[in-house]
Amino acid sequence: MATPVDSAEPPTLSSLQHRHLLDLSTYSADEIQLILATAREFRSVLDRRIRRVPTLQGVTVANMFFEPSTRTKLSFGLASGRLSAETVSFSKSGSSVKKGETLKDTAQNIEAMKVDMVVIRHSSPGAPHFLSRCTNSVIINAGDGAHAHPTQALLDILTMSEHFDAFEGLNVSIVGDITHSRVARSNINGLTALGANVTLCGPKTMMPVGIEAMGVRVTHRLDEALEGCDVAMALRIQLERQDEGLFPSLREYHTRFGITRDHLTRHPDLLIMHPGPVNRGVELESEVVDHERAIILSQVTNGVAVRMAVLYLLAPGSRTEHAGRTG
Amino acid sequence: MSDAASTPDVLLKGGTLLDPEPGTRRRADVLIRDGIIAQVAEAIDAGDVPVYDCTDRLIAPGWMDMHVHFREPGYEHKETIATGARAAAAGGFTTVACMPNTDPPIHTRDVVEFILERAAPTPVDVHPIATVSKERAGNELAELADLQEGGAVAFSDDGSPVQHAGLMRRALEYSSMLERPIINHMEELTLNPHGHMHEGVVSSRLGVAGIPGLAEEVMIARDIELAAFTGGHIHVAHISTARAVELVRRAKAEGVPITAEVCTHHLALIDEAVETTGFSTHTKMHPPLRTDDDVAALKEGLRDGTIDALCTDHAPHASFEKEVEFAAAPFGILGLETAWGLIGRELIAPGLLSVEDAVRKLTVAPRQILRLPMPALDEGAPATLTIFDATTRWTFTAAHIRSKSENTPFVGDELVGRPWAIYNKGRFVTNDEW
Repeated sequence: MATPVDSAEPPTLSSLQHRHLLDLSTYSADEIQLILATAREFRSVLDRRIRRVPTLQGVTVANMFFEPSTRTKLSFGLASGRLSAETVSFSKSGSSVKKGETLKDTAQNIEAMKVDMVVIRHSSPGAPHFLSRCTNSVIINAGDGAHAHPTQALLDILTMSEHFDAFEGLNVSIVGDITHSRVARSNINGLTALGANVTLCGPKTMMPVGIEAMGVRVTHRLDEALEGCDVAMALRIQLERQDEGLFPSLREYHTRFGITRDHLTRHPDLLIMHPGPVNRGVELESEVVDHERAIILSQVTNGVAVRMAVLYLLAPGSRTEHAGRTG
Repeated sequence: MSDAASTPDVLLKGGTLLDPEPGTRRRADVLIRDGIIAQVAEAIDAGDVPVYDCTDRLIAPGWMDMHVHFREPGYEHKETIATGARAAAAGGFTTVACMPNTDPPIHTRDVVEFILERAAPTPVDVHPIATVSKERAGNELAELADLQEGGAVAFSDDGSPVQHAGLMRRALEYSSMLERPIINHMEELTLNPHGHMHEGVVSSRLGVAGIPGLAEEVMIARDIELAAFTGGHIHVAHISTARAVELVRRAKAEGVPITAEVCTHHLALIDEAVETTGFSTHTKMHPPLRTDDDVAALKEGLRDGTIDALCTDHAPHASFEKEVEFAAAPFGILGLETAWGLIGRELIAPGLLSVEDAVRKLTVAPRQILRLPMPALDEGAPATLTIFDATTRWTFTAAHIRSKSENTPFVGDELVGRPWAIYNKGRFVTNDEW
């Protein structure tokens, strides 16, 4: 196992160049480092007895979740609470169109109640981009279809940074259903921006065509993906993909792409991550989930810190100090 | 746009007549009286007949767009036959063929007659394309002969492509008896369960469910075999991929009765537009915007004659329908107003097609496919004319839109070539305010 070193370097930027967090693909390495450095400071807040700072007093955050979510919603709620922001939450699953009110109308109504920031989770890729055009609020993408989940990637990257000195040359393998994974895409964007080598592994039926153009290596053999790998990130397999004919059975998936204790034995430095929720016995053998080299729960803790950092850096108060930023 | 009183006499002075077949030009004034070409000569003096200066303008037989959606009956909030005809006239089109995905669909003779009746007072000839199957449901043949007698010029189930190979066989057999084409929106739907954009590098990067070119190509391959077997004429609607062009090219070489059309937006935009516009729903159409390689192949297909006709797939949707998240938005954009300027920019200005070739694909080709007579430029013929130029560079703005809807990605684009006026059905419509 690599030496646990906090690879915190002083950030070269003091503010973000973006008004929204829609996607990591447009964020520079310096901006990502600034978020990580800020998150590390907030991480220390989470270890105090009173886990609350007055930083965002007077700021109102609307959590708009159009898709079921447990941990991301809780994590954003805790993050804004610990920054003393006021939070309103809104959950509606299914297509907003079928319910009679458009996303635009919903968002504009919530904004009319004087909201500063909107955290949105939606099944349609690009829904946060659309909102950024039809409202004046700061938009934070909490997952849009299979497109992006930038705060998840940032928390993954923060977690990795607690174990490795640098991202340059770090080998990360993402294993599973890449086609339907916003987590994979945001991690690819963030990790490659920081200089890491990313390998994707999964059944060919779950590997998007031409994904190599994102600067990644692709393999359909788990052994190949784990060879020389520092971190393996397993992705959740949705059972309904079986009905779509993308894989024959969970059993067969596990035999080809499930990470087992045996893999941990053969790769003694390998760390295991998973964005959750885990299907025990599918992506990861159950014992792997509980293994000391599985850092899944650190990911969850870091999620709150990263979301505090993102809210803090994008909050309207800090925006006026750094005018002229683009979306 | 001015829409002068019915049957105005006009003298078009100083223009150049362009006859796409055989492709000749001649300087001539054209005098129109009572909706008829009264005189074609070098210098006409017609007394007090209003004179329109056509210097630097070309006068061609009226253009035809063989693929539009005028939404009436059923979706009048998007477009009506009247507003669609207004957009057509502004775009230089005297003639269109409209698709049957209305509500009710154009699947019975009374709907065909309703459309003809609604189109009668407009300056545009609107030819209904009727459904292949009852209810456009893909199960049983509609009454094709009755529909044809009522005025339908072709048969298509439009966006619900005929999936059942057996039904398509019978449709081709039956329609060959009527000497009318079957137009298929080429798509094997099981290869596209829920896509929103072209499946490729960009969709992979964006995590948007893709529509593979394969879905189009597999269906074209099937229909080529069915057309070869039955002798029925199959027409490929809005061809969009390089491989599809190659399939049609080979089938034509083998003598299969197949024709094809391409939409102007498929020549002007690629899938990357979805990303660069931040998922603008004005980049969402069906077939989707493809890749640079596909665009190059479509242009080559036009040049070598594999693709017969240029069209628009003019597909109006109300703003409230398009101002939604990408996955929820309906497919399609406007096309009539921007068609000629895009043809100028993408095909004529770069030297891929001559003006004559482009006009042929807007006049002779669609009418041959649909067995419609070509308007003549001769004295004594009814005046069905488009007056235009192929060189003016202009910026398209929302103010140029004449459709009831506004869903176009081309606002702000520079276009090359401007339609100026049409004369048709005794009506003279100019674009002076453009």
